[in-house]
Amino acid sequence: MEKFIRLTGVAAPLPRPNIDTDAIIPSREMKRVSKEGLGEGLFADWRYSDVAARVPNPDFVLNRPPFDRAPILIGGANFGCGSSREHAVWALKDYGVRCVIAPSFGAIFQGNCVRNGILPLVLAEGHVTALAAAADHRPLTIDLDALTVTLPSGDALTFTIPPADRQMLLEGLDPIGVTLKRLPAIIAFEADHLSRHSWI
Amino acid sequence: MGSTLVEKLWSRHRVADLGDGTDLLYVDRVLLHERTGSIALKELAEKGRAVRHPGRAFVCMDHIVDTRPGRGDETVMPGGTAFIRETRAAATAAGIHVFDIGHDNQGIVHVVSPEQGIALPGLTLVCPDSHTCTQGGLGALAWGIGSSEAAHALATQTLVVRRPRQMRVRFEGTPGPGVSPKDMILHLIATHGADGGAGHAVEFCGPAVTALPVEGRMTLCNMAVEFAAWTGLCAPDAKTIAWIEGRPHAPKEDAWVAAVADWADLHSDADAVFDREIVIDCADIAPYVTWGTSPQHAVPITGQVPALDEARDATAAAAWQRALSYMGLNPGQPLAGLPIDGAFIGSCTNSRLSDLRAAAEVLRGRKVAPGVRAICVPGSMRVKAAAEAEGLHTIFLDAGFEWRESGCSMCFFAGGEHFGQSERVVTTTNRNFENRQGPGTRSHLASPATVAASAIAGRLADARGHTTPAPTGGV
Ligand code: SF4
Repeated sequence: MEKFIRLTGVAAPLPRPNIDTDAIIPSREMKRVSKEGLGEGLFADWRYSDVAARVPNPDFVLNRPPFDRAPILIGGANFGCGSSREHAVWALKDYGVRCVIAPSFGAIFQGNCVRNGILPLVLAEGHVTALAAAADHRPLTIDLDALTVTLPSGDALTFTIPPADRQMLLEGLDPIGVTLKRLPAIIAFEADHLSRHSWI
Repeated sequence: MGSTLVEKLWSRHRVADLGDGTDLLYVDRVLLHERTGSIALKELAEKGRAVRHPGRAFVCMDHIVDTRPGRGDETVMPGGTAFIRETRAAATAAGIHVFDIGHDNQGIVHVVSPEQGIALPGLTLVCPDSHTCTQGGLGALAWGIGSSEAAHALATQTLVVRRPRQMRVRFEGTPGPGVSPKDMILHLIATHGADGGAGHAVEFCGPAVTALPVEGRMTLCNMAVEFAAWTGLCAPDAKTIAWIEGRPHAPKEDAWVAAVADWADLHSDADAVFDREIVIDCADIAPYVTWGTSPQHAVPITGQVPALDEARDATAAAAWQRALSYMGLNPGQPLAGLPIDGAFIGSCTNSRLSDLRAAAEVLRGRKVAPGVRAICVPGSMRVKAAAEAEGLHTIFLDAGFEWRESGCSMCFFAGGEHFGQSERVVTTTNRNFENRQGPGTRSHLASPATVAASAIAGRLADARGHTTPAPTGGV
């Protein structure tokens, strides 16, 4: 998995609560059994005024430079709620987004981000709004090692993230590989568990 | 200090404490479907990793399969056939059982798993699908995951999980006539918000939950995820045990006796401590219908679209404004009487036998209004067969409903069938998000009885005018 340590870039504001994964990638954009090439379908219903012909909707933030290349999104509360589709995260990644900042996230989406090298960054609602205003078109710097977001003014906000998620992102770990190191413990647990619950 | 039900299930499955509130949990069952499971199997195969216990994993073909009679692997959705065939091939290669198209047991994963006895009280069960929480209705710890996590669960039989906070939602009193479990859960979400359960595992309890049939409890738990809960569940009781006994994958003979004895402990202790508790008086619950594009945009069917100045803050007001323009509605407009174009009965929320009975009770001897496209999609082929055995299909067909093969169907738009731009649809599904049921389609979530009554009226209608079904009816 790709590491996430530090990132500098513009942040595209999408200040709506409850942006669901159906909106992030509509199901019909999940065309193949693959994680690749999903960026084109990112926010398709909002991004294109004619989805089939891929005509850009000039009002949508990702169609307005410099946000068309933003590696950071700033969203509203409960970002990524709804369907568990990991394609939402793969589409963001394919498009070039490496960090989403929001007051809260849908739980499955949040986990999917961490497993794909995208930082789901939680800040208080007031800070998120202020950040979007302060960033405007200018780049932010996110430092996962120092746990800071540095504004264009040079001021910095701090954030927290579960240490396991932070380590996974910083080191770009393969979660299955990490767990398989505990295989002896799993085997021992399993033997005991199944002996007590034979019907499993 | 006693333990909550979730704490008990958690400690039964904890392989290791990973620190910082995170545990390695043992996973008893992994379920997959062709839409998101195929990629998990593919990822394992590419990395040369084996499925640890293929016998405890199951695949359902449900999401993009056609639901028209005579279906095969071909799909209305462009490219769907590849998902079906790749999933089948990958599952077969891994030795995983497939509930496949054309089989008597095929259906929506969250309907099939309980009815097959795959989901059981006390088990941990995961599926790369957000409505896995449905199966918490049996007293399982069941939660939705992503595809990468599904690969992790298949390869290691474990998942790394953050301990959720504990919430109890207690439904007191008795729901009034015509108030269904769907209305109970919509009431909770409307009152406490679509993110009201964030970070929590929610135990639904109280006399009104105890009184619910097992299928109704699954409807309640189904929408825990629309409340942003990590999962929802109900403690198993004698009703649960009776419902499970004899199902194909349920334990048999000595194992059944041992299982039933074990399940007696699966309840929250009297002195268990919850981080949050919500108490709802069922007397306050009416049949609900949504007016907007979030399940929290719900009001009683006798109510109106709220005025924008009732919104909590400017962000909420802006979201309401956007929802109203999508839905083609205005503040203050009454919901009842709104003309509809479509009616849909199905989905993992409301497609079990009791749901079809509740709808049929309203439809019996009546006709769908002209111009309304009405569709019923049973949750599984077994539900379909059971409904046909008691003649429900003739009630639906005589009324003018389409009677489909099982699957997710038009619960969501995958690029195939849909209701159409700006069409107003009353639906027993769980998500009224923008474009969920088709580009521009306007979805109003409601109970099976409300959908049936509205289909007959040709407009959103209060089912209580048609009939007074038992509040909980069915199995
Ligand atoms: S019926 Fe709808 S909500 Fe349920 S699993 Fe299928 S697509 Fe998802």
